[in-house]
Amino acid sequence: MNMTTNSTAAAPVIEAIGLQKNYGPLEVLKGLDLSLERGEVVALIGPSGSGKSTFIRCLNMMEIPTGGTIRFRQKRVGDRFRDKGEDIGIGTLRRHVGMVFQHFNLFPHKTVLENVTEGPIVVCKRPKAEARELAMDLLAQVGLGDKHAAYPAHLSGGQKQRVAIARALAMEPEVLLLDEVTSALDPELVGEVLAVIRGLADKGMTMAIVTHEMAFAADVASRVLFLDQGVIAESGSAEDVILNPQNPRLQGFVARFRG
Amino acid sequence: MTYSWDFHSVWQYYDLFLWGLWISVVYTFGSIFFGIVIGLVTCAARLSSWKLLNVIARIYQEIFRCTPLLVQLLWFYYAFPLLVGGSMDNRVAALLTLALYVGAFYAEIFRGGIVSIDRGQHEAASAIGMSPGQSMRRIILPQALKRVLPSFINQSVIQFKNTSLVSVISVADLAYMAAVVNGQTYRPLESYTLMAGLYIAMLLPLTQAADWIERRLRVSD
Ligand SMILES: Nc1ncnc2c1ncn2[C@@H]1O[C@H](COP(=O)(O)OP(=O)(O)O)[C@@H](O)[C@H]1O
Ligand SMILES: [Mg+2]
Repeated sequence: MNMTTNSTAAAPVIEAIGLQKNYGPLEVLKGLDLSLERGEVVALIGPSGSGKSTFIRCLNMMEIPTGGTIRFRQKRVGDRFRDKGEDIGIGTLRRHVGMVFQHFNLFPHKTVLENVTEGPIVVCKRPKAEARELAMDLLAQVGLGDKHAAYPAHLSGGQKQRVAIARALAMEPEVLLLDEVTSALDPELVGEVLAVIRGLADKGMTMAIVTHEMAFAADVASRVLFLDQGVIAESGSAEDVILNPQNPRLQGFVARFRG
Repeated sequence: MTYSWDFHSVWQYYDLFLWGLWISVVYTFGSIFFGIVIGLVTCAARLSSWKLLNVIARIYQEIFRCTPLLVQLLWFYYAFPLLVGGSMDNRVAALLTLALYVGAFYAEIFRGGIVSIDRGQHEAASAIGMSPGQSMRRIILPQALKRVLPSFINQSVIQFKNTSLVSVISVADLAYMAAVVNGQTYRPLESYTLMAGLYIAMLLPLTQAADWIERRLRVSD
């Protein structure tokens, strides 16, 4: 590794600064700060309605924040799709910041392979053959090499979510955002998806993960944030936040999920 | 009393029937073509975030959905020319009215199809960096069009039948020709039965095709 990579490794890839989001009079996010460094895995935990989804969706501008800034590679993200002046566009941001959803949202009219090649071909304008090759590699990586010709309707929930992860990875993202990606799955299918995510963490993928799987969060996350009523109520290592919580609301929350 | 059928004397005018049928087909496809264009524009206006466009599109749709087609034809042929000064060719009035009428319904069908697509589809497209236009063209529209195809065909079948109304402003379609033949032969039973038979012959394959497509789409979902 040379000097430049060492210096960028310390700089944050993506940052939220004083992030606010209101829906009319409802203040959902009340000024949150987060800075993700390359290779870091941050887990977001918190009660339902605390703003976890809203927060993670602001990071790729799926929701437009009502206050504060998102910075990507030290540049401010503007409010337009395209880059403008110093600001980078929402389109550019999303090319480099992937997202995986609770309900998969695969494209039902496209095969598994087409779901994965869609981004590289249409957005990145990569040659079709090259995109196919990349997609087949990724599908093999998530254990679905043999399903490339199937339509999403013929897959199990766990398989769908693994395709969705491959679709996000096909953009070769620098950051991956995952919002409760195992919450819609039957319990016996959760493990296969978590295993894929753990593999990504081991390879150094930068991730923000909203999850209710406390053991998983404790295992893979380098940092855990407890979101409560629109603020980060506690943050620290998994050890501090999950195994040894101080905040009484966090204690109650963690106790419920230990079960 | 037994009626003695005499299709022979009516069939002597077969060229009038066939010409009338051809005219009905032309008005059907012509108005469907312009109706699709009008429907797409209206649908885009309805889905636009620009309030004024929404309102204009809405007013147009409600006017054409809430008045009978017969009334619209009479209005465009007899009243509209007085409003703008000048006269209107009955064929132009017929095509214009039919297209505006079906366009209002198509717009609603298209819009229904687009809004029925789960929000998550647009989000997933956006999340891989697609622009709103790319997401619409590649992800939303293909799914929406597939979903609305049966209602689109259904509305088009209705449109074929609706063209029979243009006979009231003397456009020589199938219904008009049947009346002409009846005037010549004094054989209303045969003239109008033949006319009905020709409509069925045209539309039965279409309704069957619509059913077939609907069944196939259901299988592939
Ligand atoms: N589009 C919206 N309009 C209005 N309120 C919303 C919207 N999206 C989320 N909210 C509200 O914001 C709060 C936080 O929601 P969310 O971020 O989904 O929480 P979490 O993911 O932690 O369960 C909730 O009270 C929710 O009702
Ligand atoms: Mg949520």
